[in-house]
Amino acid sequence: MKQEFKQSILDALANPNLTGALGNFSVAYRAGRAKAYEGIDFEALRDQIAEIKSSASSRFEELAEQFTRAAEARGTKVFRTGNPKAVKDYILRLAQERGVKTIVKSKSMATEEIHLNKYLEKAGIDVQETDLGEWIIQLAGQTPSHMVMPAIHMTKEEVTTVFNDKVEDGQTPDIPKLVKFARGKLRPMFLQADMGISGANIAVAETGSIAIVTNEGNARLVTTLPRIHVAVVGYEKLIEHFKDMAPILTALPKSATAQLLTSYVSIISGPVPNTDGTPKELHIILMDNRRNEMAHDPRFKQALQCIRCASCLNVCPVFRLVGGHVFGKVYTGGIGTILTAWFGALKESDEIQSLCIQCGNCKDVCPGKIDIPDLILELRRRLAVEQGQPMIQKAIFSVVNNRRLFHTMMRAASIGQIPFAKEGFIRHLPLFLSNMTENRSLPAIADVPFRDRIKKIKQPKCAEKAAFYGGCLIDFAYPDMGEAVVKVLNKAGIEVIFPEGQTCCGAPARYSGAYEVAAQNSADNIKALLAEDVKYVVSACPTCTVALKHDFIANLEAIGRTEELPAARRLAEKVVDFSTLASQLLDQGLLKFKAGIEPTKFTYHDSCHFKRTLHADQTPRNLMKQAGHELVEMDECDMCCGMGGSYTIKLPEISAPILERKLQNVEKTGAPLLLIDCPGCVMQIGGGLDKRHSKIKVEHTVQRLADMLE
Amino acid sequence: MSLTIESSAIIELFKMRAEAVSAQVQRVANKELALELLVRLLHQEGVEDKSDSRAVCAACPMIGKTERTKLENAVPGLKFEVTRDLAASAKVGISQFDWALANTGSVVQIADEVDKRLVSTLPPLHIALVSTAALLPDIPTLFALIDPSKFSYLSFVTGPSRTADIERVLTIGVHGPGRLIILFVDDLEVAA
Repeated sequence: MKQEFKQSILDALANPNLTGALGNFSVAYRAGRAKAYEGIDFEALRDQIAEIKSSASSRFEELAEQFTRAAEARGTKVFRTGNPKAVKDYILRLAQERGVKTIVKSKSMATEEIHLNKYLEKAGIDVQETDLGEWIIQLAGQTPSHMVMPAIHMTKEEVTTVFNDKVEDGQTPDIPKLVKFARGKLRPMFLQADMGISGANIAVAETGSIAIVTNEGNARLVTTLPRIHVAVVGYEKLIEHFKDMAPILTALPKSATAQLLTSYVSIISGPVPNTDGTPKELHIILMDNRRNEMAHDPRFKQALQCIRCASCLNVCPVFRLVGGHVFGKVYTGGIGTILTAWFGALKESDEIQSLCIQCGNCKDVCPGKIDIPDLILELRRRLAVEQGQPMIQKAIFSVVNNRRLFHTMMRAASIGQIPFAKEGFIRHLPLFLSNMTENRSLPAIADVPFRDRIKKIKQPKCAEKAAFYGGCLIDFAYPDMGEAVVKVLNKAGIEVIFPEGQTCCGAPARYSGAYEVAAQNSADNIKALLAEDVKYVVSACPTCTVALKHDFIANLEAIGRTEELPAARRLAEKVVDFSTLASQLLDQGLLKFKAGIEPTKFTYHDSCHFKRTLHADQTPRNLMKQAGHELVEMDECDMCCGMGGSYTIKLPEISAPILERKLQNVEKTGAPLLLIDCPGCVMQIGGGLDKRHSKIKVEHTVQRLADMLE
Repeated sequence: MSLTIESSAIIELFKMRAEAVSAQVQRVANKELALELLVRLLHQEGVEDKSDSRAVCAACPMIGKTERTKLENAVPGLKFEVTRDLAASAKVGISQFDWALANTGSVVQIADEVDKRLVSTLPPLHIALVSTAALLPDIPTLFALIDPSKFSYLSFVTGPSRTADIERVLTIGVHGPGRLIILFVDDLEVAA
């Protein structure tokens, strides 16, 4: 990671205005969005949008052709080009031919993407942004930090200074007055401008229409007052049918700003008369700039389902800490990372893709149903292929994959004997050894790993068998969790075996983009776990469970090891997370709660993979409630704890404040017990609480359950 | 015409949604009452025949020649010949909308004629007249009803102009009007 990028993160984190504004907004947004979608079947709505957009991107050229014919039949001039430079030249030439001196613009990401303003200004044309946020950052000489709220990073005091310095002295930091001032200053510009430039939120092929969605009313003025209107529209805005705008117009304002509908929606299907009676000159530029290429990429085609609502930014635990500028100059946040890699270059995403902690929040709220975290992993994989795997990483994976060696080294490190203490190496080791000890106590590495401990456990004769997949954390740091699993399953008449050949689940390799390594991990584990005929393959780590159940298949597929897929699928069918299995066994009457359990209050932290991939989040809550305990939900219970595997090591600066917020939310509940279904989260949150000398007990659900059963 | 129970429920929904985004909603039984109310509103707003105090009205199907003369006599500052300068300096803009949408509290207008956009965007107060019978449940219903080949500029207006671009603080009235009054009139014809 380059020092420059690290520094931009540190600068953002040190800006209390930024983190304050974004933090507050993320809380308000979450509640507002939920309210806006009340009574609406979001899943059905986004299925519809995904279908409309995906069907359009499958035939971009056909729709662009249809759009052109329909629009030209109404008198609109349509220019289609793949090349950003051609867009700029077209507009400049038009402006020069028509004697245009001033241009007013309403918000358009497509023109930001090609840096249009600078180009026109160089040629001596006055270009005014009119969206308030865009105007502010234009005056300040900055770039947008958010796709919908471009100036969210600035305080009213900063805005006042910009107005005083760049427009007119004497302004005070009073928001209504600042807004009124902007209205007064921009009004004459609208009235005088010779040309209006807008973007579009939707382009309809069958009618040649564009829809523009705004709140301030500036787009109405930009498309009404100047005699020429130019709309710059990315191909991804194309849809086939007029009526198909409805679901997009339903979702966009709700997802973007938690509004039912924005103040203004303008649907323009052709030139209309100007105020002097002449017909408006309407130009629509359909810009490709790699959208077609993206549409032909089997993985990234999905990203064209984006409707640019920026909800992926609003729910991102990382974005709310660092804001948009860390991501680059145009597109920000989760989807922005993907768009930057395409509309810019893959290597431009090299650093920003590492910001993603893979929590999956954005995937849950995306109205285009885009699996953003998965696409970011795919970027990571392609970057790794393009740049090759660093030597250090190769060395690390060879250690991680040798479980005995890995344990020995971890153990040595944890007791202070670090014979391999080359700075770089230690820092890259997954999970345990981080420079985060300021905020978090680290667990002791067990003297004897679980794989050896289980051999000493006397298990009763059982009718059924389950294979236990430990994963590094339970095997090396929390063997007692593994023992609790054995205890519970034995009570249900299930013998637990620990297949010796099991190795790393491949998540560290996969999340680093090293798919060859991840696929080899998958193959080794499949062989080990299917060696003996067992009824269940159980894991108490959600990341491992997801690997066994989903990622092994994806890893093998990704590098074309298709002959191993049937075995991977056979394994996937047997895999179950601990809480889900325990719940099934209780339902079957194979497990029973003890009588006289003392009820206690508890709170529950949702681990990212457990909730958003396994969808098992209610199961442990219900288990505890069945046993008579009282749940006190914490704020943002399903927000990431900042662990994210090796994220704590790669970006401790970001991980630490995420953890801090989580700890505050846990403490606010007043519950004496915190339950979690993930040993990684237990390590992160438990370590954080321990460092503060908190009295709150942190346990994996299995640890609590083991003592509550007959 | 009299409203059925369902249609008064839909009006209530519209009112709730529109008021939630800071629009004011009024309803009158017929055109005569609507014009009376309009005159009252314009007087209240201090409309008079002086620069900066005028009102502008775009051509409305419900305001014919007779009605127009009546209004001009009652409110001397009310102008029906809309120009951009007049609209830019006016206190109030008036136009008739073609539909209203209950579940978003929106009014919708075919706004190919530029006057309609000038009067609804430039003055600080916008009064939108709409037939009660043109109240529809939502956007999909509207889209099923209209023929996009028949118009070039379709405008949806939902509450007054707003921004939250400075510190996420909601501020009403940026480039468009800061106030929106929606006036439902019961006995009007619905636009084709």
